[in-house]
Amino acid sequence: MSETQAQTQRVSAEDVKRVAELAYLELRHDEEVKMQRDLNAILGYIDQLNQVDTSSVEPMAQVAEILGGTSSALRADSPRPSLPRDHVMASAPETDGTFFKVPKVIER
Amino acid sequence: MTKRDTALPAIHDLRSALAASTASATELAHACFSRIDAEDKTIHAFLSLDREGALNKAGEIDDAATRCQPLPPLAGVPVGIKDVIVQEGLPATAGSKILEGYHPPYTATAVRRLADAGAVLLGKLNCDEFAMGSSNENSAYGPVRNPHAPDRVPGGSSGGSAAAVAAGMAIATLGTDTGGSIRQPASFCGVVGVLPTYGRVSRYGLIAFASSLDRIGPFAANVRDAATVLGVIAGHDPMDATSSAEPVPDYTANIDAGVRGLRLGVPAEYFAEGLDPEVRRAVEGAIDQLRANGAEIKPISLPHTRYAVPTYYVLATAEASANLARFDGVRYGYRAPDANTLSTMYRRSREGGFGAEVKRRIMLGTYVLSAGYYDAYYKKAQQVRRRLTDDFLSAFENVDAILTPTAPTPAFKLGEKVDDPVSMYLADIYTVTANLAGICGLSVPCGQSREGLPIGMQILGKHFDESMVFRVGQAVEKSQAH
Repeated sequence: MSETQAQTQRVSAEDVKRVAELAYLELRHDEEVKMQRDLNAILGYIDQLNQVDTSSVEPMAQVAEILGGTSSALRADSPRPSLPRDHVMASAPETDGTFFKVPKVIER
Repeated sequence: MTKRDTALPAIHDLRSALAASTASATELAHACFSRIDAEDKTIHAFLSLDREGALNKAGEIDDAATRCQPLPPLAGVPVGIKDVIVQEGLPATAGSKILEGYHPPYTATAVRRLADAGAVLLGKLNCDEFAMGSSNENSAYGPVRNPHAPDRVPGGSSGGSAAAVAAGMAIATLGTDTGGSIRQPASFCGVVGVLPTYGRVSRYGLIAFASSLDRIGPFAANVRDAATVLGVIAGHDPMDATSSAEPVPDYTANIDAGVRGLRLGVPAEYFAEGLDPEVRRAVEGAIDQLRANGAEIKPISLPHTRYAVPTYYVLATAEASANLARFDGVRYGYRAPDANTLSTMYRRSREGGFGAEVKRRIMLGTYVLSAGYYDAYYKKAQQVRRRLTDDFLSAFENVDAILTPTAPTPAFKLGEKVDDPVSMYLADIYTVTANLAGICGLSVPCGQSREGLPIGMQILGKHFDESMVFRVGQAVEKSQAH
């Protein structure tokens, strides 16, 4: 029980803030509290993966590798027209018609 | 529930009737919109409709039929598209507020192929935000309700796609399946849902959740229609480097061959603790029928099954955290007002645009990829993924297909699991394995609970052996009709 307790508290409030920073999420305080609880519950559940002996197992990132050569053919590297600029810019929150506009990049 | 007449024609019958001028694609499209108008205030399967485009297309089909021109394979078939798949001219929200009002500048390959085959595109279907969920309660635009019981969920994340077919609003729909998001709602709504082999259907135009797991696949009211639709959307696409060059067979050619002499595996791990007794009874009953029809039923073991859900939640969230980095308020979608620097704008746009489950998965995915945890979680899960896949490859040396329940329970009630993420994740316990291994499968109705809720059986097949799962699915469907 004590071990379980320790495991369920592996993610601290500071960890939540650090990870939110990495993920570019600005969580409200109430969201941080709930996130800490949920992440600990989920990671506690994920811990059972440690019961599997994987010492000689190659990591598997993609299914294609086991499907043989048929599945991962690359297309020819030849130039093609892109989407028309005005079609793309039509969805932009802010644009001057040629570029996306954003708030200033350099902070001080 | 009261029994309603929701029957739309089967695709094959519709095509003959159009050719014989005893049916009209325009009338059929009107009938679908009438049903949507009457029932979708309650069900909420559709997020947007294209009445004009649909009726124009139906009119073209009727003209072609009148002039006795050859009809394409999906002539006049009314279809709906899950809103994580883009179609030029209609909004694509992915069920998220962050894409509210977004109009994609191109059309997904699968949708393009449906249109080229004569399908009538009715509109876009509700789903969990970015396809993340098992109940459709994570849609920013409100949940979908199960047509069989409106106090219950339709399943997720392709809940709108399943509900639209179940309610007779469309003959077929497209959904996506990253961990069960086609098969589980198909089971909950009493329709057929297909998970094609990884690479079988191009993902070009699919708003990505977890790229090594995501698939596009069809829903339909019967196995043959589902097979017909898959035949149209499958095949190599230069726009998706992971799409396979494997030839696409005629999936209906061998569909009535029956199961005599087939070796069908039943894995003990899928009938263990946690399986609802009514689901067990229905699935075991369907297995008995297959045995009676001449199949050899073989007990098998897939020993790593219990590790599939934790493996999935590491890998899927890790990939999602990378895929969803593109939603930053710069090129499309929601931008937070009043941010005066770029990084503040990123943070506030994502904070305001994403819902709770999406944030939870981005956080989990970022955590498992972060320095110091990568080996413990991400690499470990990739290694277990290979063990899970090897389980299937070994099993398929001795069996032609594998039979399991699709979901551990029938449809649960709205609100029942929303505050307990781990409990919600366990709704995918029998489906995530196929995504991790890349194999194909489908869910076919195999019975009902005492309350009249649909129950689905999952049939899993080897890589690119969709013909086999359709053949077994057809046998299950026929035995249900008797």
